[in-house]
Amino acid sequence: MFPLSIKGLRFAPEQRVVLDGLDLELSGEGISIILGPNGAGKTLLLRLLAGLLPPHAGSILWGAAALPDGRLAMVFQQPMLLRMSVFANVEFALRPQAMNAAERRARSDNVLERVGLAHRAKDCARLLSGGERQRLALARAWAMQPRLLLLDEPTASLDPSATEAVERIVREIRTEGAKVLMTTHNLGQATRLADDIIFLAEGRVQEHAAAQRFFAHPQSPAARAFLQGELPWRIAFDR
Amino acid sequence: MLATLHDALSLLGHFDHRLLDIVGLSLRVSLSALVIGALVGLPFGAWLAVADFPGRGAVIVALNALMGLPSVVIGVLVYLALSRSGPLGSYGLLFSPSAMILAQSMLVVPLIAAVSRQIVEDAWKEYAPEFSIIGIRRPQAVLLLLADCRFSLSVATLAGLGRAMSEVGAVMIVGGNIDGYTRVMTTAIALETSKGDLALSIALGMVLMSIILGLNVAAHYLRCWAVRRYG
Repeated sequence: MFPLSIKGLRFAPEQRVVLDGLDLELSGEGISIILGPNGAGKTLLLRLLAGLLPPHAGSILWGAAALPDGRLAMVFQQPMLLRMSVFANVEFALRPQAMNAAERRARSDNVLERVGLAHRAKDCARLLSGGERQRLALARAWAMQPRLLLLDEPTASLDPSATEAVERIVREIRTEGAKVLMTTHNLGQATRLADDIIFLAEGRVQEHAAAQRFFAHPQSPAARAFLQGELPWRIAFDR
Repeated sequence: MLATLHDALSLLGHFDHRLLDIVGLSLRVSLSALVIGALVGLPFGAWLAVADFPGRGAVIVALNALMGLPSVVIGVLVYLALSRSGPLGSYGLLFSPSAMILAQSMLVVPLIAAVSRQIVEDAWKEYAPEFSIIGIRRPQAVLLLLADCRFSLSVATLAGLGRAMSEVGAVMIVGGNIDGYTRVMTTAIALETSKGDLALSIALGMVLMSIILGLNVAAHYLRCWAVRRYG
């Protein structure tokens, strides 16, 4: 499944170029965080990797294969929760896997315990708070034992304590051997979590570097401007 | 007018057996049609919501059009099918409650299927990306979506019961409005009014209105309860 190799990726719906010639190589360890301005194509890149959209050009190679041979899970900014119990929202995701009911129950109970939602297992999922909903979505993804976990701004609109809880879970999932690829606008979070940073702007990867190096010495002018809070993209828009 | 109203209330107050027979048959026919409509319409609507095939748009347009099909047209079609020379003539169902159930089912199935298709499709748009990543296949997705949308779908089903109970044209044609055998509330109201027996018509109308109103009240409170309980 790894290295994940993306070459010349292009996505341009209705003549609007979002990704254009994106190249990226990812190893199978650690937490990679995608940074970039709004509209840079961060979420789109995750959706392309998840197979939810076909690219218009370019290739995605998982090791030597065209499709991922390991499990892949994704947590969306607004996670989908069925009008069922918290437990059922985890358990249903295990049904496509070759597991019997007892195994599904045991694994669901286990992940709910680990994300701190065991006491709410029988409650209706849609009545959870925002932070609890995101922890439930992470529990569901975790239960699938993914080799690659895609996280699309999982802490957007969460308060600091809920954000901290989510970050703790992400670290635990990473420790268990999953590769995590995550988007965020929170530079503090990127500093805390990332092993490496992928900086995306103008449809391609402007910089891909170890997190410490990226924040200390960004190489590309676009990344430097982004970190210094400059807004070249907005200036271009205003013109 | 007041005397007629007094007579109507008297019929209701004394549980007139003729009135009760008509109400009982109406409920039996319409509830049977509703069960058939739900068993066919809900899975078909949910399947159509998630299916992807050439001509799907045309099927949806046809289904939506069938919702507004005049009941007398259904009545004529069922009459032709059940008449002696028709394909189902050998079963001898014409002018029986079974024929009325069949006709009402044909009215209710498109309504329930069309409404449930819209409800499930809205949910499908929201859930499809995660279902795809999790590896949920479409038949599984249909079951999950039916379960997830159960409260909205129950409201659609109650709408189907309302359509079945208020229908008059089809049951008149295929049932024959035979006293004590195929006479239901709507056909009795039509007949008794034409005969000038307004008391029975008004009494039946009150029962019919109460049932329809009761269904709508039930649908409203079910929805409110579901939102409070399940979000």
